[in-house]
Amino acid sequence: MTLDLSSDDLEMLDGRDGDAVEMAMRIIVRLAETVKAKRLIDISSAHIDSCLYHGLSTIDFADRLVQLGAQVKVPTTLNVSSMDLLHPDLYRGDPEEALRGRQLADLYESMGCKPTWTCAPYLLEERPNFGDQIVWAESNAIVFANSVLGARTDRYGDLIDICAAITGRTPDAGLHLDANRHASLVYEVGHLPSSLFDHDQIFPLLGAFIGSTTGTQVPVVDGLDRKQSEYRLRALGAAAASTGSVGMFHVVGSTPEAPTLEAALGNNAPQDIMKISIEDLQMMRSKLTSSTGTALGTIALGTPHYSIDEFAILRSHILGKHKHPEIDFYVSAGRDVLLELELRGWADEFRSFGISLVSDTCTYFTPILSNTEKPAMTDSGKWAYYAPSNLGIEVIFASTADCVTSAIAGTVVLDESIWANEQ
Amino acid sequence: MLRLDEPLSFWGGLDPKTGQITDVHHPQVGSSVTGTVLAMEHGRGSSSSSSVVLELIRNKAGPVAIVLSEMDTHILLGSIVAEELYGLFMPVVVTPKENLQNFHSGNVAHIDSEGNISFIS
Repeated sequence: MTLDLSSDDLEMLDGRDGDAVEMAMRIIVRLAETVKAKRLIDISSAHIDSCLYHGLSTIDFADRLVQLGAQVKVPTTLNVSSMDLLHPDLYRGDPEEALRGRQLADLYESMGCKPTWTCAPYLLEERPNFGDQIVWAESNAIVFANSVLGARTDRYGDLIDICAAITGRTPDAGLHLDANRHASLVYEVGHLPSSLFDHDQIFPLLGAFIGSTTGTQVPVVDGLDRKQSEYRLRALGAAAASTGSVGMFHVVGSTPEAPTLEAALGNNAPQDIMKISIEDLQMMRSKLTSSTGTALGTIALGTPHYSIDEFAILRSHILGKHKHPEIDFYVSAGRDVLLELELRGWADEFRSFGISLVSDTCTYFTPILSNTEKPAMTDSGKWAYYAPSNLGIEVIFASTADCVTSAIAGTVVLDESIWANEQ
Repeated sequence: MLRLDEPLSFWGGLDPKTGQITDVHHPQVGSSVTGTVLAMEHGRGSSSSSSVVLELIRNKAGPVAIVLSEMDTHILLGSIVAEELYGLFMPVVVTPKENLQNFHSGNVAHIDSEGNISFIS
């Protein structure tokens, strides 16, 4: 079970490629020994979460690497920053913190990372292929890469992400290995009315339920009668990775490693089979909603960063309308997607409805919201899960359509018919 | 020793400046981890946990050691990098779950260089 390093690894560890590579390799080898990896493997891309400011040590670490001459060896993208670098006037926090956030951003850019500043790197032009070995940090990106793309990344976090990008190597462990990608827990949904799954909002609820009941196992959802869209699978994964530690899931007939239930299980017997009930989904909906009144101050969409598909749905709801003057409406997205909105002429339509488009960061942890006194409504399971503790705000989880209707009315309006019809 | 009744998310659950538990949903909210042997079953791995552990150690507000029953690589990396950057040492020890059940807040623990834990009181 000992770690077998290649001659190339040993030479990197010995300083052949400079001091930064040597330091990064030392950190990777210590991790590899702890997780009992037998070898290191090459990676083809990296996505960095360490670029978000958490205190001076995050700058010390990046600065040390830069001083030692660090440059990334594989195509490397950057996750969100602590501020909207394109629209800094949206930032309402401590100016000192903003300055440090900018300084950290510059350090990572100077190592050769692409200034993508998005938590949805899979929406960028170059996305990983099936079977690619990658090192991605940021939980929703990890779960999407593994589950929807069939690329392979373990559940990486800060500090190790940049070390892997600098060396191009990572421990052969966790979700990089075939055996660990098989499902062991089955979630049955085939007995539920199929019309329930016509509603996008079911998918984050399903994900939130799975996340809160799965632990660190790989779950599989069985019983959906058609192939689900990427944005629905993404909402499921993002919610599951927020309420729990899910790094990979399967949906039979929709995700690439689950053409059949048997394939998803690796032909093993499942440890447990759970039948999901409508009550389970309603219970998750209540858990993601802390405000039961009609007061509303904010709509926050785009966690993870909205895709063009989701903007198209939003556009169908807002065209020709205007939000209520007392409601703030934010949608977060990556720079590439915002550029696409401009090219299509959609950005002006969203602005004329009264939407603030936010890039490079996310509204659930950055001081952007101008009103945290009144509750906020979101279509994101992830936003609903994290915002109350990060921002001290009350939250209502709802469909995208409800978010728009409520924004126009200036008060909480919920379409309960999807639940009423199914009982 | 501070024995946590529930896993703690370092990101969003702990103030790295003061070492105080800030997660309002955590039963030990308000307790300080500073200078303790912090024992819990497992981490709640947010991808930012490594940075928060590193910042906690830099601020000298961290525990002297963390004891888990399952390795959490996010916590471990914060500890490894603190040693690289600042020469500060905060071991992460994994012990079987059965052992952890006998640990109580207020115990005085001794951890040797092999990671063996014994109790002085």
